[in-house]
Amino acid sequence: MITAFIFRALDRNTYIVLGLLLAVGILLPLLSLTDPSFPLHVPTYVIALIGKYLCYALLALSVDLVWGYCGILSLGHAAFFALGGYAMGMYLMRQIGARGVYANPVLPDFMVFLNWNELPWFWYGFDHFWFAAIMIVAVPGLLAFIFGWFAFRSRVTGVYLSIITQAMTYALLLAFFRNDMGFGGNNGLTDFKDILGFNIQAPATRGVLFFASALALAAGFLICRAVIASKFGKVLIAVRDAESRTRFIGYRVEGYKLVVFVLSAMMAGVAGSLYVPQIGIINPGEFAPANSIEAVIWVAVGGRGTLIGPIVGALLVNFGKTWFTSGMLAEYWLFVLGALFVAVTLFLPKGVVGTLLARAKARPTSTSAPAAVSPIDATIAAEEGA
Amino acid sequence: MTAIHDQAAAPAERVRASREKAKNSLLYLDGVSVSFDGFKALRSLSLVIEPGEMRAIIGPNGAGKTTMMDVITGKTKPDEGDVFFAGDTDLTRMDEASIASLGIGRKFQKPTVFESHTVWNNIDLALAGVRGPFATLFHRTSLRETARIEEILDVIRLADKKEWLAANLSHGQKQWLEIGMLLAQEPQLLLVDEPVAGMTDAETRETAALLREIAKTKSVVVVEHDMSFVRDLDVKVTVLHQGSVLSEGTLDAVSADPTVIEVYLGR
Ligand SMILES: Nc1ncnc2c1ncn2[C@@H]1O[C@H](COP(=O)(O)OP(=O)(O)OP(=O)(O)O)[C@@H](O)[C@H]1O
Ligand SMILES: [Mg+2]
Repeated sequence: MITAFIFRALDRNTYIVLGLLLAVGILLPLLSLTDPSFPLHVPTYVIALIGKYLCYALLALSVDLVWGYCGILSLGHAAFFALGGYAMGMYLMRQIGARGVYANPVLPDFMVFLNWNELPWFWYGFDHFWFAAIMIVAVPGLLAFIFGWFAFRSRVTGVYLSIITQAMTYALLLAFFRNDMGFGGNNGLTDFKDILGFNIQAPATRGVLFFASALALAAGFLICRAVIASKFGKVLIAVRDAESRTRFIGYRVEGYKLVVFVLSAMMAGVAGSLYVPQIGIINPGEFAPANSIEAVIWVAVGGRGTLIGPIVGALLVNFGKTWFTSGMLAEYWLFVLGALFVAVTLFLPKGVVGTLLARAKARPTSTSAPAAVSPIDATIAAEEGA
Repeated sequence: MTAIHDQAAAPAERVRASREKAKNSLLYLDGVSVSFDGFKALRSLSLVIEPGEMRAIIGPNGAGKTTMMDVITGKTKPDEGDVFFAGDTDLTRMDEASIASLGIGRKFQKPTVFESHTVWNNIDLALAGVRGPFATLFHRTSLRETARIEEILDVIRLADKKEWLAANLSHGQKQWLEIGMLLAQEPQLLLVDEPVAGMTDAETRETAALLREIAKTKSVVVVEHDMSFVRDLDVKVTVLHQGSVLSEGTLDAVSADPTVIEVYLGR
């Protein structure tokens, strides 16, 4: 059943995207391991940078799945990303063992500093990678389930839903800032040493983490593609276009929203978990409402309602950000980002990829059907037809 | 003591009596009232549809025709009154999705199709069958389903446009697509709100023929302002006015009713 479900997703475009991601995921790390004199050598900082972008791209994909296909504009997805990151961070903290400043074999440094004598119960199990791996998807998934259960059942939609997702991530931001929460407060979790016994700073480990990020993005893409290609995906689009109509044909809309929201939160959690070992820290700042909004901007720039769009958008905007913030105009970045969002909304409502796809589609190839007219239509039709 | 006891028993007693009367009907509305911020859209409306019956509902703008459909399909909860389907299913306690699954389909006054889906997918979505999220995730369209979709597309004359996005259809075609979606649901009862609004005379006649054909096997309630269309349907007519039934009978009978002439036809 599952294999048939995945196989249905495999069309030419999907193969291309998967192939590209895997090629980049393998080639770049290999080139980074070459001798610096080698002409195609890739410096380690580039691996770290692009690895981070790949995680952002997976986050963007998860936002697009709920926003672009089901019309749920979540402005709190960074919360799921951060929770996945914290779950990974907790595992990495416990890997430090007795090598911390206070050399306590069990307690992370910040707990010793707070004069705690034993590990809080919710840190149990995080010394095992498999346990952390489960928590990386389970915790964001559970939060999304509880949040979605109440929000979707009481039919909160549109801007009200967006506002409460912001409130959710903001509440978590405040909670994680507190020292007595047991997640390192304001400093968060950092000074990681090993992952699965390998030195986390070693170029080879970084290469593997990079590959894992590319692989996770490819898997996320494949899963989204399979979801969209299924009848479930058609119902999602129906909900986005005419929610109450969908109910009147007998679909219980809240169930669909809940399933897709939980799936999306889990994807965001995986993205966060790969992000943390690559940048070496997770702190409450990751819950900042602005982070969630940025993720939405990536999707809007790339093109919501297409699966390639959010990936392209996340890469483009973040390359732009890195380039911009390394120059002397750094402090103006937020204005640029805001202007970009306004410009895209006004002039490229389908985003970069959406516009390109619509243009390709509009080229007179067949005489039967008129080209799609309304914004995201074209891209969806293109993806379905492909 | 007795008085208190009687009062408590009264509603239960009434529901029981209502159920008794509802027994042989397909749709049974009794004493249904709905108000919006104090404005009474339905006032103690009563209506009975027999299995296999087709009924036309007419009435001036704001008479409460659409609101009545909202009550039946679970969009609006009545302030009071009973709504029973197939004798004993209390519709006032159910949500839209479960009412739809019972076999009540609805076509909206303003045609609502899924604009960014193709014509084919619109029918596919409405097709009777899987409804749960996990069932649809792993569902594969069967040959039987494909054949059924093709069949419906033929009936609504959109077979050659099956790959078109619904957004690109004309107003009349959208109306037909919505009727096709209704058929795909295989309901026992079809509620059709103003199906011929915006159609040419020829399309209107074809729609009347189509609905008469459907009514051979299903119960249909049609709301329409177009009198020649109602005449074409040739069925019992109910006239609504200010939220309750003003008159009921053949089109000729209600047309001759002085109260109807005064509030509706006369103007
Ligand atoms: N959700 C609502 N909130 C407030 N008033 C409403 C609502 N729905 C309907 N009404 C009012 O209830 C009355 C009945 O409306 P309804 O739409 O049922 O009339 P109708 O008979 O279908 O009219 P038409 O022929 O114009 O479609 C109208 O006065 C309308 O303004
Ligand atoms: Mg109406």
